[in-house]
Amino acid sequence: MLFWRTLQALPLAYRHRRKVLEQFYEVGMGSLLMVCILSFFIGGVLALEIGPVMVERGLSNFLGGIVGLSLCRELAPSLMAVLIAGRIGSAMAAEIGSMAVYQEIDALRTMNINPIHYLVLPRIIAIAVGLPMLLIFADLVGWMGGALVCSTNQQIAVGMQSFMANLRDTVGTKDVLHGLIKSFVFALIIGTVSCHQGLATIGGPRGIGRTVTKAVVNSIVLILILDYFLTHLLVQIEQ
Amino acid sequence: MSTALNHDSVRVEARGLRKSFGDHEVLRGVSFTVERGEIFVLMGPSGSGKSVLLKHIIGLEEPDAGELLIEGLDIHTEGLRDRYRMAMVFQSGALLNSLTVGENVGLYLREHRLKPEADIQRVITEKLELVGLKGAEDKIPAELSGGMKKRVAIARALVIEPQLVLYDEPTSELDPLIAITIGQEILELRDRTHATSLVVTHDRDLAFGIADRIAMIAEGEILEIGRPEEVRRSQHPLVRKFLTADFKPKPR
Repeated sequence: MLFWRTLQALPLAYRHRRKVLEQFYEVGMGSLLMVCILSFFIGGVLALEIGPVMVERGLSNFLGGIVGLSLCRELAPSLMAVLIAGRIGSAMAAEIGSMAVYQEIDALRTMNINPIHYLVLPRIIAIAVGLPMLLIFADLVGWMGGALVCSTNQQIAVGMQSFMANLRDTVGTKDVLHGLIKSFVFALIIGTVSCHQGLATIGGPRGIGRTVTKAVVNSIVLILILDYFLTHLLVQIEQ
Repeated sequence: MSTALNHDSVRVEARGLRKSFGDHEVLRGVSFTVERGEIFVLMGPSGSGKSVLLKHIIGLEEPDAGELLIEGLDIHTEGLRDRYRMAMVFQSGALLNSLTVGENVGLYLREHRLKPEADIQRVITEKLELVGLKGAEDKIPAELSGGMKKRVAIARALVIEPQLVLYDEPTSELDPLIAITIGQEILELRDRTHATSLVVTHDRDLAFGIADRIAMIAEGEILEIGRPEEVRRSQHPLVRKFLTADFKPKPR
């Protein structure tokens, strides 16, 4: 319902561009460093886990492709969504929740200002644009992390150039798009769930705490469940 | 959104309002009329349903039964909020904490694009000056005292140039001197704009100091309604108890 009402308010996005930019800065710049650090290590761990097994079976030439595909199609979209649910979704729910508890949202309504236009629309647009953009950084940094581990770990010992060449051969635009579509849908889930929980907050500071927990947990559960169905759908479309 | 700002006041009528939260019936068939330009005070003990009633009048709550009419039109009539300008001064002020004082005061004009930016700045300065907060534009709400927050909330309401102003416990948590200032603000605002004012309070001094008429409410029912001197003469036991209750220290 909230998502539908936000969609209906989309034509007003330009009018609220200042608030969208403020939120976009929070989602994008505020999370960029964390996203880069996490994805670097995710790429590294992935290489460390599957590298020795593949080398043992004489499949070291495919390592770049496997790490690249796993990252951009599945791991980066889902893990970045979980990170953003924790970092941005919780902040959205807490901010809107405290506004609800301290009657700021009632004050907006008495001024004939629609809270969905004023609060929800800028946040959902910012996260829906920001998360896929963060994903591009996550993919690039994650691939570098994987390449670095493969080239420096003596058990794996796959050179960086060989890793990247295989990655370029295997990972195509459609694979990156696959991840971007997923992260766009996940962003809509995080934004809608967090704003909805925030608007429904009652009961003072304890209520705000409950709202934040519900926003993060519900977002993550929905992301992981929807991930399966979305992957199924996208794979069918690709075929 | 209407851009023609004028100072006409409105008539408010409540007919048989009923509201329950779960098993608890908060309003039990409340009826009253507030005439144009009148300061009408709803007085009663805490938990008597005053604030809930106020939320019905501004459209934040819907009654289970009964109706609320503004100039004869139901409060939920499409476009009513565009036709009649209403403002509410919340008990806590309800300022947006993420905005500065100036941004809070100018919020209505900016969001509805009613004036160019230069005019909005002028209105903000003018309204803050009216409530004695000249130069406070760049402060954030966290830097303000309770009284200052309420005055900013009044300035924010003034910007709307309201035809109906609702005040929820405007003097609660304030010292007597600031409470008097707020009471004077309410009177001056009415004299300046001729807006209809509905004040919810349990502050007897404020009620008898500013009201044209007072309604005494307890346990969701109106017990007495009339001019201040009529309410003062009321023989209803609960009204008498509320009006005469005083702190009596034990003799040492």
